[in-house]
Amino acid sequence: MKVMNIVVCVKQIPDPATPGSLDPSTNALKRDGKLILDDSDAYGVEMALQLVTAAGGGEVSIVSMAPNGETSGMRTALAMGAIRGVLVSDPALAGSDALTTAKVLAAAVQKLGMPDLVIAATESTDGYTGTVPEQIAEVLGLPSVTFAKKVKVDGGVLKIDRQTEAGYDEVECPLPALVSVTAGVVEPRYPSFKGIMDAKKKEIVTVTATDLGVSPVGWSGAGQKVSSVTQAEARQAGQVIEDDGEAFNKIVAFLETLKVI
Amino acid sequence: MAVNNIWVFAQGSNGTITSFTAELLTKARSLTPNVSAFVAGDGASLAEALGKFGAKKVFSTGDLGGRFAGVAAASAMQALIAGGDKPDLILFPQNYDGRDTIARLSVKLGVTVLTNSVDIVVNGDEVVATTPIFGGNVLFAAAFTGSGPHLASFRPKSFAAEECSGAPAEVVTVTVPDTGKTAAAKVLAVHVEETSGPKLDEANIVVAGGRGLGESQNFAMVEELSKLLHAAPGASRAIVDAGWVPYSYQVGQTGKVVKPSVYIAAGISGATQHMVGMKGSKNIIAINKDKEAPIFAVADLGIVGDLHKVLPKLIAALKARG
Repeated sequence: MKVMNIVVCVKQIPDPATPGSLDPSTNALKRDGKLILDDSDAYGVEMALQLVTAAGGGEVSIVSMAPNGETSGMRTALAMGAIRGVLVSDPALAGSDALTTAKVLAAAVQKLGMPDLVIAATESTDGYTGTVPEQIAEVLGLPSVTFAKKVKVDGGVLKIDRQTEAGYDEVECPLPALVSVTAGVVEPRYPSFKGIMDAKKKEIVTVTATDLGVSPVGWSGAGQKVSSVTQAEARQAGQVIEDDGEAFNKIVAFLETLKVI
Repeated sequence: MAVNNIWVFAQGSNGTITSFTAELLTKARSLTPNVSAFVAGDGASLAEALGKFGAKKVFSTGDLGGRFAGVAAASAMQALIAGGDKPDLILFPQNYDGRDTIARLSVKLGVTVLTNSVDIVVNGDEVVATTPIFGGNVLFAAAFTGSGPHLASFRPKSFAAEECSGAPAEVVTVTVPDTGKTAAAKVLAVHVEETSGPKLDEANIVVAGGRGLGESQNFAMVEELSKLLHAAPGASRAIVDAGWVPYSYQVGQTGKVVKPSVYIAAGISGATQHMVGMKGSKNIIAINKDKEAPIFAVADLGIVGDLHKVLPKLIAALKARG
């Protein structure tokens, strides 16, 4: 069987459990402090590991981009079983738009040598522009299948169930290709203790955007600027009651006043 | 750069355009009378419907023969633009084909994208798109810099659709350039997982269930209540990811955006990702055992209690009314 080499694009984000905030001077999302592996990316890492196992050989590498040299999120992916990582870290990257991000990540993928498959999540949990995977495919000149909810490789060809508004499409795509996977495509494994220890020794190469030959980046390369940031009108909370066994009557009465029953 | 020419990435079938397309066309014609639709598929059959919402012209690629819309539409758009037919702004729906196309085109043209927008304002030369962030608590407005075409995508129901009784759009057939191996993905079969009853994103009432249901068979209560209220059943991402119901049920940032008259959330705590998809509902009823659940902050009527007790009683009471 053919060996599969796969690169997974992962994002390290602030813990979603703590509320997000904007840098008051630039209005960019704050990404300082400890970053974790975006939950949505654990699915892509797991998918990649399973495809390599199914192929009977190959490697899973990861690429990531962060302005501050943070690697703790990448270590989680390495602990799951990825073999090495490339981190593009450069203060100049702060404020980069989705197009620049895609160019940087595509260059990082190429630095590892073109793989058989590039995997990304459908969108990040904190920025959710949702275009980066498809933009990476275009930069790399690859075909792509976004929103894959089932992926297998058969005779060097991807067989994918792709989510649609009405259900799903059965799609076929030759390799090399890029696939973006939905949450739930596979059940991500928890890193084992051994995996966590091994991950500390695995190599993460840190490069700058300049090393990769991508410029301009950051605010100067972005085709957009912040115009304003305002608080949205908050929805007013209504009546909250404890169920005393009769609360269903309140619902019936409310539906009556709304004239829907 | 003033905005004098707008394209809308339009979708539809059997002579009918999607409500999403109608919304974007309505917004486009409020910005300029010079609005064209671009259809990755048979645009000619949609010319009449597109014209009714203000499209003067429809660019049509014709049947794509199982190829994805993204690569085909982006390369056809690029060819039109290179040929001198240059729009100032292109509006895309934030859905599967819309996202693929805006992403491919942004690389081909080397321009930025503003996605997930809910509004767009043109102020002389400045074009500003607004995106809600942090679960909709903050509105983030960004202006395009540099030359166009400016590319923006929008969430469903960002604009109200209104007909303008325009004449059928003039059909312009466009050729899809050979895009080589980037177009190698092919759709072999289409599967529809239709739910019976009203469609989730069009229903007047939505009853949605979440992890608080406890186990998958309890979703039957949500379905029964939906049937009694002529509502569409919906779900939180948690139970879709757990495989209890198909993705087509999902309400939220990565699912459907709903704005019904009544939204009933049963056993849904109200994660940001869910709230984004239902906060625009006119009336919200929430049932959750945790009185600290964020869903109560947006509920008009909140019941702190065990849904396994409340829902059966509610169902029985509605049945008794006949």
